[in-house]
Amino acid sequence: MWPGRTLLLLTALMLGAMAVPAHAATIQIVMENLVVSPAEASAKVGDTIEWINKDVFAHTATARNGDFDVTIAPKKTATSVLKKAGTVEYYCRFHPNMKAVLTIAP
Amino acid sequence: MFVRLSAAIAALSLLTGSALAQGAKPTDSQIAHIAYTAGVIDITAAKQAITKASNKDVKAFAEDMVRDHEAVNKQALDLVKKLKVTPEDNDTSKALSKQAADKLAELGKLKGADYDKAYVANEVAYHKAVNGALETQLIPSANNAELKSLLQTGLKIFQGHQQHAEHVAAGLK
Repeated sequence: MWPGRTLLLLTALMLGAMAVPAHAATIQIVMENLVVSPAEASAKVGDTIEWINKDVFAHTATARNGDFDVTIAPKKTATSVLKKAGTVEYYCRFHPNMKAVLTIAP
Repeated sequence: MFVRLSAAIAALSLLTGSALAQGAKPTDSQIAHIAYTAGVIDITAAKQAITKASNKDVKAFAEDMVRDHEAVNKQALDLVKKLKVTPEDNDTSKALSKQAADKLAELGKLKGADYDKAYVANEVAYHKAVNGALETQLIPSANNAELKSLLQTGLKIFQGHQQHAEHVAAGLK
């Protein structure tokens, strides 16, 4: 049997957790062998993107409209939180053949 | 602008031409040595460009060359160590190094916009020649699957460099 106080705390945590998920998804975008995948991804404002660079080369995720510009060191992961809605084409400044699209819903 | 092809490019063309004609395939040890040497040549040229170039796009391109070619060469060193292969010096590597040193000295005498144009023009031609050698000679001759895969990644990234160099060259006219 749960002591009353713990139960209350758990309930509060669950309620809290239920209120948050709509804003807090984490989306992984992988850069490997000079290819971004998925090439087309969807997210919402407030979501976190985990940029995973599996290459030995440094890459960037640079929005053509200037909304974001993230540098990801070789074999590292960088994160960024999406702040603005829109369909954003982005590319790697170092390897411009790496291109992808991120659709960000409000 | 009159572009003189560097002798290093001629050496690579010879490699693709004569070696194929004779049916003499380079061994994995020789391929590793040639690929590594070709990388070192481009890094050395890029380091010269970082100190000499006046155009910011040329400088940025040179910085990209150092970063990418050092990364590929580090992978190559890790791989030969893992495979216990000793890169074997050979006539192609020797010719490449000798001729690259001459080109470096030639470029070293130029200044300003003349230097920028000559460096970028040579980068276009050099990457074209290296990519041709990779495609027609080195990749098909490689026996080890990991070496072949590294060369394929190299080809992909160097094709990007060639496009980048062509783009920078177009901007200098």
